[in-house]
Amino acid sequence: MSFSRLFVAAFALSLPLQAFAADDYTLTLKDHAFTPAELVLPADKKVKIVVKNEDSTSAEFESKELNREKVINGNSKATIMVGPLKPGTYAFVDEFHEDVAKGKIVVK
Amino acid sequence: MFSTALIVFREALEIAMILGIVLSATRGLSGRAWWVAGGLCAGLLGSGLVAVFASRISDAADGMGQEIFNAGILFAAALLIGWTVVWMQGHARQMSAQLRKVGHDVVAGALPHYTLSVIVGLAMLRECSEIVLFVYGMVVSGEPVPGIITGSALGLTFGVMVGVMLYYGMLKLPARYALKVTSWILILLVAGLAAQGANFLSAAGYFPNFTSVMWDSSWLVSENGILGRVLHTLVGYSAHPTAIELIFYGATFALLVGLVRFASRHPYHHPHPPQAA
Repeated sequence: MSFSRLFVAAFALSLPLQAFAADDYTLTLKDHAFTPAELVLPADKKVKIVVKNEDSTSAEFESKELNREKVINGNSKATIMVGPLKPGTYAFVDEFHEDVAKGKIVVK
Repeated sequence: MFSTALIVFREALEIAMILGIVLSATRGLSGRAWWVAGGLCAGLLGSGLVAVFASRISDAADGMGQEIFNAGILFAAALLIGWTVVWMQGHARQMSAQLRKVGHDVVAGALPHYTLSVIVGLAMLRECSEIVLFVYGMVVSGEPVPGIITGSALGLTFGVMVGVMLYYGMLKLPARYALKVTSWILILLVAGLAAQGANFLSAAGYFPNFTSVMWDSSWLVSENGILGRVLHTLVGYSAHPTAIELIFYGATFALLVGLVRFASRHPYHHPHPPQAA
């Protein structure tokens, strides 16, 4: 019994403290286009991006540079945590509509 | 239609490649066709469920449910395939004896057949749910259905074709090298799966001090091109690997190599060897 308690404690301690330190930014996807198409983020900080999918169909937010991939259903939103990021440009797309739905994150 | 085909192809390719290699590696298992079919069906059904509950999964765990779920699937698949590799090494002599003896049934101490089913099911789960959501989205948004059907069929066919080519290609390996080559390929595959899992965990906020990108090799092989995607699935190639990704990759690789070496030095000995006919 004490082993399972130890396990629960260790698991709880290792959970991310994400709710505490991140700033909030919003990306909106509507008619298969991202707004803003260029999102500026501060360097070396943990950032929380809320991606709102205002289309009725699902989208898959994906960025290889950011190592993030997330399916967002229609008329839903999802949270994506990034950072701390080094200065530069990071491209992202909606993988389901890659040719039109794309943007970049500029980190300064 | 072509954009549908491309997207379905990309998702199907990932599944097909993993399955092609794993199935060719386990061809010694008897009666596995049923277990593989079972895994395929379960995977399909499961992915339908995942698609339906996508929002619920996503909102769980402070909005990080999808990342945790994906990481779980990847680690589970890595574990099972990794164990299969080690098992194959321990039973190498048995498996080759069985392959030569036509008609000899069950490999004693056989790898539980459901292991194969679960691997197949897991491989299907994530990618198929993405295909389901994508196709459903296309239908709902009023894209002409014949185009969607043709596009999906094209994408699926080409994806499956690649998997089948891999499968038969691996079967052609001369028997002497087959186990060794297959094992190395699978070890890299498993390391890649573990690295991907680590990435999803770090997307969920774990390992906060290990998220820096170590290098950028997209000038060499871009992850967006076809070669990059194939390498990503087969060996876990990443153009922008993070520290934690590399740690998981290296650790998994080292662990598997160690276990395989151990297994080859302590092979399985059947207590009652079958008598020659």
